Amino acid sequence: MLRFLVRRLIVALLVAATVMTLAFIMTRLSGDLAISIAGPNATQADVEAVRKAYGLDRPLVTQFFDWAGRAMTGDLGESYFFKSRVSALIGERMPVTLTLGLSGLVIALVVSLPLGILAAVRENTAFDRGVQFVTLFGQAMPSFWLGLLLMILFGLKLGWLPISGTESWDGYVLPAIVLAFSAIPALTRLTRAGMIQAMGSDYIRTARAKGLSRASIILKHALRNAAIPVVAIAAVQLGFMLGGSIVIEQIFALHGVGFLAWESIAKNDFPVVQSVVLVLAVIYIGLTTLADLMNAVLDPRLRGA
Amino acid sequence: MSPLLEIENLRVEFGRTSAVRGISLKVAPGETHCLVGESGCGKSVTSLAVMNLLARGAQRRADRLAFKGEDLLGLPERAMARLRGNAMAMIFQEPMTSLNPAYTIGSQMTEVLRRHKGASQRVATERAADLLARVGITAPGMRLGQFPHQLSGGLRQRVMIAMALMCDPQLLIADEPTTALDVTVQAQILRLLAGLQRDLGLGLLLITHDLGIVARVATRVSVMYAGEIVESAPTAELFANPSHPYTQGLLRCVPVPGKVRRDEPLGSIPGTVPRIGAGFTGCAFRDRCDFADASCAVAVPHQRAGATHDYLCRLAPQSARTAA
Amino acid sequence: MSMALSSAAPRRGWRSAATWLGAAIVGVAAFCAVFAPLLVPHDPFAQDLGKRLLVPFWMEGSDPQHLLGTDQLGRDYLSRLIWGCRISMLIGVTVSIVSGLIGITLGVLGGFLGGRVDDAVLFAITTRLSLPVVLVALAVVGLLGSSMTLLLLTLGLLLWDRFAVVARSTTLQVRNLDYVAAAWCAGCSRFRILTREVLPNIASHLVVVATLEIALAILLEATLSFLGLGVPPPLPSWGLMIAEAKDYMFFSPWVIMIPGVALFVLVLGINLLGDGLRDQFGARSDP
Repeated sequence: MLRFLVRRLIVALLVAATVMTLAFIMTRLSGDLAISIAGPNATQADVEAVRKAYGLDRPLVTQFFDWAGRAMTGDLGESYFFKSRVSALIGERMPVTLTLGLSGLVIALVVSLPLGILAAVRENTAFDRGVQFVTLFGQAMPSFWLGLLLMILFGLKLGWLPISGTESWDGYVLPAIVLAFSAIPALTRLTRAGMIQAMGSDYIRTARAKGLSRASIILKHALRNAAIPVVAIAAVQLGFMLGGSIVIEQIFALHGVGFLAWESIAKNDFPVVQSVVLVLAVIYIGLTTLADLMNAVLDPRLRGA
Repeated sequence: MSPLLEIENLRVEFGRTSAVRGISLKVAPGETHCLVGESGCGKSVTSLAVMNLLARGAQRRADRLAFKGEDLLGLPERAMARLRGNAMAMIFQEPMTSLNPAYTIGSQMTEVLRRHKGASQRVATERAADLLARVGITAPGMRLGQFPHQLSGGLRQRVMIAMALMCDPQLLIADEPTTALDVTVQAQILRLLAGLQRDLGLGLLLITHDLGIVARVATRVSVMYAGEIVESAPTAELFANPSHPYTQGLLRCVPVPGKVRRDEPLGSIPGTVPRIGAGFTGCAFRDRCDFADASCAVAVPHQRAGATHDYLCRLAPQSARTAA
Repeated sequence: MSMALSSAAPRRGWRSAATWLGAAIVGVAAFCAVFAPLLVPHDPFAQDLGKRLLVPFWMEGSDPQHLLGTDQLGRDYLSRLIWGCRISMLIGVTVSIVSGLIGITLGVLGGFLGGRVDDAVLFAITTRLSLPVVLVALAVVGLLGSSMTLLLLTLGLLLWDRFAVVARSTTLQVRNLDYVAAAWCAGCSRFRILTREVLPNIASHLVVVATLEIALAILLEATLSFLGLGVPPPLPSWGLMIAEAKDYMFFSPWVIMIPGVALFVLVLGINLLGDGLRDQFGARSDP
């Protein structure tokens, strides 16, 4: 178990280092950053001044190791546009994105676990087919479009919920639902498939032969085993949701990390862009590692390994 | 004594395929009734049908299916669940996969007693430890805290047996309990089952394809072929006077010390079991039988070769044939 | 012995109807994509400021000249919709080819060669999955300026993960099959085993992945275009049409309904077809 953990950690660090390199390369692809930062009306002298001020006159390798070295210590540099520390900017915006992502995940789980379990228990019935139909619909639904539709319906026609902003909790309702919608199909399908597999297994036949109640058979014996892959995918989905929240934040004008990234892309504020990519990647890596650990807790066979 | 389990004309169908075609048998208290046949003949389906554990989509019908005189056919699932694992228990063929990998042995054993007898966790744990010792597991206290993957196949099957005994069942159905195990372990498990059956006075319905097992433990044998019981008799009688050609063929396939000569090849039955659909008539064994003629395709009579010896064939009983 | 027979017949009927529906939708979309220049009733780029935001045919006061109405610049909505289908299909197919080439190469090499190569492939997959797709695509397009080629390349370079995962796992399975071992023993070269034994056997799984990736690429393109960093205007991408119509959606909801429904139906159709193919091949494509 310890060896597995150490190995997992080394891979995680390597992935983080690779992402760091990729994020750096990505922001340098556009050529001369100094020109884009200085703006369209800048003179040659202005550009030179910018280049010197931001250290862009140094060789790329030096710039990279300078950035990477500082990033290791949590110093992600300074934003060109906001004129403040990138780490502070991200820290300020992160609560919005995390609230959105976590409430999205909770909604997704609350919807997809019961749907998946019931569909599996009633395999091949009209209910099961209905659930499969809903997951197909969900997969095909573009989340930005769903967001707009919900805004029209609940915000304008019914007037129940605000369509933008985070002044109060209800500003999160529509965005979280839209975000959850992107994870529901995968989670439902996986729960259903896992439960069908578990319900057909020999140990469920044993549980039935023992005369256990239906609730105990489904919720104790089958779900425990079906939940193992679901936990892993839920963690991965949360990672995707945090990464994908940029679309939702933009539609609903939620000032989270995604919105920050979107603004910064428009402003060529590359220290912010590369840092957000890095931070989201590190969160994703952390989540998948956490999922592996939780699997080891849920599946006793993995504990001895 | 009145029988524990009575099955009359049980039929099981999966869609258009008939897996069990009208079998009847009885298991008396203290009796070991062996159901023998090759794989796919409907032995396991019969046992699952008795326990009402058939897969969805299976159709179960019978003239009578009773446990201790109580009808099981009309019993709602809730009441049936109250019987299962309680008065009638079952052991399966696959010890490697029949225990839930996510829970400890102790948790899986105690939940049976807690469910059926409302026992406390402490009482249930004591009972589980006693039974583990009873089935020959050393250090039962330690085993209770272990997970299935930490146990060998033989140990797991012992756990399954102990778990089946948690509520003192009167009827135990064992579906090929030793097939998946090593030969040495097979003998141990068999001896254990036979001993438990004798000591506890259980009615045991033992399903197997191994005639060696039958010879050692059975009081009575029913031979199944293609969803029917083709012959049923007390063990000694069946081995002495097999009257159905299939039974005779089966016995020729088994080496019996003293009866088989070294220079003679072991017997085998040519051909394969036919697939039985709706509307099948006549003897299912006729394509593989040396004695078959046109009349075998029409109807097959039930005959008696003795007071408790029935078989399903138009031929005269073995004893009459050899005498003639 | 266990008897696991389910009532397969009604399920199959329902499933095959869904597959045919999917095939029909994809067929219509492909037809529109290929023959878009012949099908459009008007020039999809021609503005007519006198005929702005005309309503579609099912509403009062529609113009029979413009069946689906016009957009905020007076451009014919039906023509833009058909042209947008061409763009969606072009992007879906091209991205799927680019990402397929990358992913299948990596996956097959990793699964076939094993050892260090496989470790490297797994590492690449993990790294790729940890990158937030929408954000990275937005950043690249945003920093380099939007163009069709750049968009295709970016998405192609980002969406190869599922190809790699499926190609790797299926190659591993095939490699361990008896007849492949027999081919090794018969002295066939690695290249021959790869092209004659492995690739034909994993092809069906990859076809299923390809359909799902086409759907994913179409959705992503629409998302990026919606955020203004995808297909450059005035090209009528469905995502871009929704973005441009967003300001008018509270007064005339149909302006976002029409391209949205088109997008939804196309992606649904591709997914239905992909699911049908998966059932047909008995393949599992979920990693």
